[in-house]
Amino acid sequence: MNWQAILSIYRFEMNRTFRTLAQSVVSPVLSTSLYFVVFGTAIGARIDTVDNIPYGAFIVPGLVMLTLLQQSITNASFGIYFPKFIGTIYELLSAPISFIEVVIGYVGAAATKALMIAVIILATSTLFVDLTIAHPVWMVAFLVLTAVSFALLGFIIGIWAGNFEQLQLIPLLVVTPLVFLGGAFYSITMLPPAWQAVSLFNPVVYLISGFRWSFFGMADVPVGISLAAIALFLTACLAAIWWIFRTGWRIKP
Amino acid sequence: MSAIISIRDLAKTYGDGFTALKGVSLDIEEGEILALLGPNGAGKTTLISIICGLVTPSAGSVTVGGHDILTGYRAARAMIGLVPQEITIEPFEQVINTVRFSRGLFGKGSDEAHIERVLRALSLWDKRKSKNQALSGGMKRRVLIAKALSHEPRVLFLDEPTAGVDVTLRREMWELVRQLRSEGVTIILTTHYIEEAEEMADRIGVIDHGRLLLVEEKARLLHQLGRKELLLELTEPLPELPSSLAEFALQRSEDGLHLTYEFDAHAERTGMTRLLGAVAEAGLQLKDLTTRQSSLEDVFLKLVADGRDET
Ligand SMILES: Nc1ncnc2c1ncn2[C@@H]1O[C@H](COP(=O)(O)OP(=O)(O)OP(=O)(O)O)[C@@H](O)[C@H]1O
Ligand SMILES: [Mg+2]
Repeated sequence: MNWQAILSIYRFEMNRTFRTLAQSVVSPVLSTSLYFVVFGTAIGARIDTVDNIPYGAFIVPGLVMLTLLQQSITNASFGIYFPKFIGTIYELLSAPISFIEVVIGYVGAAATKALMIAVIILATSTLFVDLTIAHPVWMVAFLVLTAVSFALLGFIIGIWAGNFEQLQLIPLLVVTPLVFLGGAFYSITMLPPAWQAVSLFNPVVYLISGFRWSFFGMADVPVGISLAAIALFLTACLAAIWWIFRTGWRIKP
Repeated sequence: MSAIISIRDLAKTYGDGFTALKGVSLDIEEGEILALLGPNGAGKTTLISIICGLVTPSAGSVTVGGHDILTGYRAARAMIGLVPQEITIEPFEQVINTVRFSRGLFGKGSDEAHIERVLRALSLWDKRKSKNQALSGGMKRRVLIAKALSHEPRVLFLDEPTAGVDVTLRREMWELVRQLRSEGVTIILTTHYIEEAEEMADRIGVIDHGRLLLVEEKARLLHQLGRKELLLELTEPLPELPSSLAEFALQRSEDGLHLTYEFDAHAERTGMTRLLGAVAEAGLQLKDLTTRQSSLEDVFLKLVADGRDET
């Protein structure tokens, strides 16, 4: 294992992050505040509680997840797409490193940045609602696992993408709808049974449910299944990345 | 001297079906400067890219320092520094940070003294805090060289290092390359400037259409293939060659005032004396007489032309 290389990639990427941190933080904080105003205040005036949790607090885990998913994917996909786009990827390919080191470096940095922003969102939300966290350790575990898994997905997207439009396609077209339909703003038990069944095919349901459990001690699906779902997703992404580097797909002619 | 890089029957067919390398075998000696010459699209960059891990070979094998580039890629690549043909550089980062990054990527611990030495040698020390995007093209190319030297490679690939570099800097770069060689670094460079190969290289390889047409010590190459020309200037135009001169395969200029005789300068008999005798016998009056040694450039053009005739 070339730890020096991992550290170098991580540092280089974090450098980039800190250069642009202010602008990376402003937009998620602003949009989260808007969600609070619209959903928390307007809808919360009509829906008092969900499962005995005040609606304003109920949507916090979903909002944090929404930002975390978007950030992990965007950071990681951009992080690897950029060297591919400008050509500096030649250096990664010619260095004495394996895909494991490249992935740890890029995905680690992308996940770190996403986590920083998620924590800022969480802190922002305490300005609007009172929050208690039932299982803080599990909460952190869910955050980290989610950030890493989706940064891996972002990495795959970054390798796959042939232009900037494709880079934004999956986050916009797939991830945002899945989060909105994944129970970010409601409990899926509020849906008719048929739609509940459909929802169980949405992987984000398990993430949000598990994450919400770590706050309020209650969940749409058992927390063990949530964890298993994340583990499955993580493994699938790792397998895909292993295959990408083995075959040189989209990076090596 | 022993081979530090061994290339065997290396072939590459790209995804679109184009075959860029057609079985190249070559041993590169430790400590030498090898210049690869070849027209655009000959396969020089493809060859280098395979050795450095940017392109997957279709067939054949390469070892660097005894390590196979596929099965022993870590050990093989750790020995190699690559300066790519295209200028590709992180635009928003500081010069010194991009150079440090390269060193780390190759698994070397930080060594600020070495980084400073490299940046100074490339006249980049004053620019170390600048962003890469604020540099001129020639400076960017030097940053790429600094990156490649940052991890103290034993083999350095320079893919057209002096394209877009001004004359003074080109001389400085040649100086640097010589100094690296004196430190034992093996250098493989591609170039379109034949004077560059003539000036720098110990050996010269000529590639065209994915084949290595020849690899030869520079001196011997010039010696072996050195053609000389004898140029005869006549006082009066010659409407056509007399048949007594037919055996010399002379070339007559349009105006009939010049005759060119080509001969091998190193042959036992150049045929010059006989020719001059025949010229006198034919009653031609000479105004001037010069000889010209063909340059490496002529040699190169001739090789490429011959290679194309065969295929
Ligand atoms: N990724 C690729 N896919 C398909 N064909 C390619 C690819 N890269 C190079 N080629 C083709 O392979 C041939 C050799 O290219 P290469 O870049 O090795 O030439 P070169 O000798 O370095 O030329 P130059 O002097 O112009 O740099 C060219 O015909 C080129 O079009
Ligand atoms: Mg080239």
